[in-house]
Amino acid sequence: MNLDLTIDVLLLAFMAVIAIAVVRMRDLFGIAMLFSVFSLLSAGVFTVMDAADVAFTEAAVGAGVSTILMLATLTRTAREEQPKRSRNPTLPLIVVFVTGALLVFGTSDLPRMGDASAPAHHHVAPRYIEDSEREIGIPNIVTSVLASYRGYDTLGETTVIFTAGVAVMALLGIRRRRRREEPGEED
Amino acid sequence: MTVLHLYNYEIAIFLAMVGFYVVVSRGNLVKKVAGLSMFQTSVFILYISMGVVDGGTVPILVEGMTHYSNPVPHVLILTAIVVGVATTAVALSLIIRIKEAYGTVEEDEIHEQDKSF
Amino acid sequence: MLHHTVLRVVAKLLIPMILLFALYVQFHGDYSPGGGFQAGVIFAAGIILYALIFGLEDTMDALPPGVLKILSPLGVLIYAGVGVDTLLLGGNFLDYNFLAHEPTHGQHLGIFLVELGVGVTVFSTMLLLYYAFAGREPGQ
Repeated sequence: MNLDLTIDVLLLAFMAVIAIAVVRMRDLFGIAMLFSVFSLLSAGVFTVMDAADVAFTEAAVGAGVSTILMLATLTRTAREEQPKRSRNPTLPLIVVFVTGALLVFGTSDLPRMGDASAPAHHHVAPRYIEDSEREIGIPNIVTSVLASYRGYDTLGETTVIFTAGVAVMALLGIRRRRRREEPGEED
Repeated sequence: MTVLHLYNYEIAIFLAMVGFYVVVSRGNLVKKVAGLSMFQTSVFILYISMGVVDGGTVPILVEGMTHYSNPVPHVLILTAIVVGVATTAVALSLIIRIKEAYGTVEEDEIHEQDKSF
Repeated sequence: MLHHTVLRVVAKLLIPMILLFALYVQFHGDYSPGGGFQAGVIFAAGIILYALIFGLEDTMDALPPGVLKILSPLGVLIYAGVGVDTLLLGGNFLDYNFLAHEPTHGQHLGIFLVELGVGVTVFSTMLLLYYAFAGREPGQ
């Protein structure tokens, strides 16, 4: 557990550094790349915290697909962020500090991380862990909860993904570029 | 150990606030989306941190193991990640349309153009 | 099409592995980390890698957007169809116990079909997103 904790602390510290770098950078290409690293590090954090399925998804989605989408957006918009004019950074900073302070105050009551007696581990989770072998018969509890116990949820999520696809189709559509080899061909 | 027992939560809040700051203070829309995604990732970290159990392991049943980390946050976040990328894609495609309509993705310039109409 | 020999050779070696791995993640998700969401994204990532190196036109010839536009709702339909099927067999919506004689066999079958639906929708939507973004002419 101690080694786990060290890796966890280091990865999260790296993520904090990258977050600061994202705020300070103006090169949007660099930001997209840093964001990809940020996602990969968070996948590492998930692995350390025993969430293999989540780490897997984050590595494929965050570091892969969303970076590619962000880069594709950059080639169609602008590479550089324009220096901001007539903007006072004090008000955003105050808002962020007050919100952060309230949230930190809220965490002071949270049970210690890893505390097995925390309320979160005493509602439905023990039932899933103890009964899913008998009721569902597959070893991966995450899959049983995802696809069977909480099948409604997942149906909703799948529909959301489909809807997002429809929204992007409505906004951008798919244009097939003309091939360079056959310049005379009409589309 | 006493200092570190809420470390994950504090860092998650810090990352969320950095993302929040980018969203409220920067004018570039692509950067705002990057900030929003950072906020999202930090919420994922907060959730997964709550599912950790001392001495627990990955929630895949194996002989001889009795302690597993809480699978419920894993399921919630697993779907949230994929839904997150889908909604980010909608945001980015809106940005592309804004660029085509206004010729810029800077918030100030868009507001100026709106005023001049 | 780019003419980077190293990229092209490495991609040709890697892409079949990525696609095979995606199938493994999809169908072995009951026993190891994985499932429809991850498999769909990995499969799409393999195809996107092909598109990045061999060009969008060739990819669209191999996997036309029209096919993906059918696959994307098809996944949701498979998922919802399993639910309706359990309703018709006398159970509750998405109660897989009624899909086979043994409840656990029904659960296995139900989870398999549902994950397949999720995988198909996620894969085709991710690839459609990439097509939409990459097919847009730069600048304007």
